[in-house]
Amino acid sequence: MVAKFELTDDSVVVIIGTGAGGGVLANELAQRGVKVVALEAGGRYFPEDYINDEWESFGQLAWVDPRTTSGDWRVAKDFSGLPAWIVKAVGGTTIHWAGASIRFQDHEWKALSTYGPVQGASLLDWPIDAAEMAPWYELAETKLGVTRTGGREGLPGNNNYLVFEKGAKALGYKEVHTGRMAINSAEYDDRLACQQTGFCFQGCKWGAKWSAAYTDIPRGEATGNLEVRDRCHAARILHNDAGKVTGVEYFDPDGNLQFQAARVVCVAGNSFESPRILLNSASSMFPDGLANSSGQVGRNYMRHTTGSVYAVFDKPVRMWRGTTMAGIIQDEARHDPSRGFVGGYELETLSLGLPFMAAFLDPGAWGREFTTALDAYERMAGMWIVGEDMPQETNRVTLNHDVKDKFGLPVVNVHFSDHPNDIAMRNHAYRQGAAIYEAVGATRTFPTPPYPSTHNLGTNRMSENPRDGVVNRWGQTHDIPNLFVSDGSVFTTGAAENPTLTIVALAIRQADHIAGELSRGNL
Amino acid sequence: MSEVRERRGMTRRELLSRSVAAGAAFVVGSGWVAGSDAAWAMEVTHLKPETMATLIQMARDIYPHDHVPDQFYAIAVKGYDAADRAEMVEAGIAALNAAAQGRGFPSYLDTGWERDRVEILRGMENGSFFQTVRGGLVTGLYNQKEVWPLFGYEGESFSQGGYIDRGFNDINWL
Ligand SMILES: Cc1cc2nc3c(=O)[nH]c(=O)nc-3n(C[C@H](O)[C@H](O)[C@H](O)COP(=O)(O)OP(=O)(O)OC[C@H]3O[C@@H](n4cnc5c(N)ncnc54)[C@H](O)[C@@H]3O)c2cc1C
Ligand code: SF4
Repeated sequence: MVAKFELTDDSVVVIIGTGAGGGVLANELAQRGVKVVALEAGGRYFPEDYINDEWESFGQLAWVDPRTTSGDWRVAKDFSGLPAWIVKAVGGTTIHWAGASIRFQDHEWKALSTYGPVQGASLLDWPIDAAEMAPWYELAETKLGVTRTGGREGLPGNNNYLVFEKGAKALGYKEVHTGRMAINSAEYDDRLACQQTGFCFQGCKWGAKWSAAYTDIPRGEATGNLEVRDRCHAARILHNDAGKVTGVEYFDPDGNLQFQAARVVCVAGNSFESPRILLNSASSMFPDGLANSSGQVGRNYMRHTTGSVYAVFDKPVRMWRGTTMAGIIQDEARHDPSRGFVGGYELETLSLGLPFMAAFLDPGAWGREFTTALDAYERMAGMWIVGEDMPQETNRVTLNHDVKDKFGLPVVNVHFSDHPNDIAMRNHAYRQGAAIYEAVGATRTFPTPPYPSTHNLGTNRMSENPRDGVVNRWGQTHDIPNLFVSDGSVFTTGAAENPTLTIVALAIRQADHIAGELSRGNL
Repeated sequence: MSEVRERRGMTRRELLSRSVAAGAAFVVGSGWVAGSDAAWAMEVTHLKPETMATLIQMARDIYPHDHVPDQFYAIAVKGYDAADRAEMVEAGIAALNAAAQGRGFPSYLDTGWERDRVEILRGMENGSFFQTVRGGLVTGLYNQKEVWPLFGYEGESFSQGGYIDRGFNDINWL
């Protein structure tokens, strides 16, 4: 049943990367009868392979190929070779993700118009809006089985949530609930309900959480239109004299360079690898890299304004039991400049196991201030801040020609510095987070710095005007008609919400567009 | 844990009778270091036993948990007893002892108060030896499954059916 296409078959769509963007696009194209070859750098793992152990799972799934960092973000100091925490496997980071699935607020599609110009920020309106996205969001919510949408029940709250909820209500917050989650509260779509095992970040062994690894990818393969080639690392996209792309050069599992011809190429390697591939594909015709006439490839890197607040109580919480992200406060997500910043943020519960807590609570810290916090691990509760960060042209992904990966390709350097708006927002959120826990009797709180980035956005941004960005409203590059970008790197602005539902909605919409254009003979 | 254990074939009494005190917490003999209560012992091949004892104390001073026995710190730094790391460690511990002596103590291990040892460590915390040891402990100590229960952490839960029927929402003090 599973398709096998010839390297010379130039009728196929080649997708690079099989995560939230690429994995969904592959299936949605295959369902529409389009022939697809998906190249995935990582291997294939299923729920039975996932490991309930933080570091072992990290070793199994995480992208640990070399990268470098610069800028004033603390990640560059504490985790200089690991700017992002993302997955290298079939299904991409949807194996690690927590499942929080919320739509953008309407005004967030129009950040520049809503907030006005912000000094030092390269804000822009998306060329699409809430009304246009509404039906695609609904399809995405149905695909992912998002709770509290489409009549699906919310999940029950765990201990970490119950502490968070009580504190939130004490502060007068109103929009507090167990989240809209791509985690089954009841059996759905042939997948089990959540068993509250608490290792959502390590891959859900029950399959209760949606992941492209065991939904979209096998379903796409079952159509006979999709061939997934795992352990195949895309190196370069080639083009012809007419300036159209002709296929993808990649290293196969044995390290041999292959060329897969293509009618259309879609790049979906997440926000570091996608611009890297475009930049590494520079040619005499496109000396600055593919689709880069604007000079915007790699720029405007966003990672959400994040941070965590952990708190210690005098009695046990056992926050690790149950869903990792078990609830949300949405009251601060509004745009309200009276707080001293534009845009808003969400607060979501988060738990780390002891090994990750030791690594991330206060990286580099030692001595009793640090160890007494871990001594109280059983009495700890935690939440994560996720807010809109300002796009800045200087926050960018570039090629580092001094460092090469195992294939001899230049790796990326990731440069990031906070915008003053990001800092003001984070400090506001730290204060609110601490106040929530203090309202329930916390004896100590910890404003924990951001982890290596889990939300990586914006490095091939979508723009109305080709001068301002890399892709148009369909994710089609402004410069090359048969080259598309299909992952979180197309985000014009980041909004306050976790990005994956939007990545998935955009991928379904893009599949519909590409399939239509192919059948109309326009591609 | 297999490499740090009571020495087979030697009783506590025999072990202690062949030992020399190294600080208050450790005893050393030729090719080994042990807890003063002889609850555990560890062979050392490439490092001087006193060096290993000092390294174990240093590990505890970096991440002090009073309810975590020394043997877990010993396990965490056991890997430094290797041919390609011995020179670096001997030099680092020699510098640590020199710093202790500079402050009037006989050695790092014979510096009675933790606060004095912490002062000594603060003086070298930006150096590569300290950072290597500290960084290694983050996983070396906290990623030992045997240590987790001491912090209440329950680890793997899939094989037990998750927490759906085992207290995911059992908080009773709110
Ligand atoms: C711990 C964690 C928790 C998260 N929780 C949430 C959440 O609750 N809600 C939410 O919305 N988001 C969450 N996210 C973020 C979410 O997982 C990502 O936003 C999303 O998966 C990004 O989709 P993507 O398609 O851009 O990239 P990915 O899903 O990362 O997929 C990219 C794929 O491309 C492959 N690839 C890269 N380069 C190449 C190459 N050269 N050749 C071939 N293949 C390549 C990669 O191996 C990878 O499989 C979380 C992330 C993490 C790490
Ligand atoms: S808590 Fe639920 S969603 Fe998370 S890993 Fe366990 S079963 Fe899956």
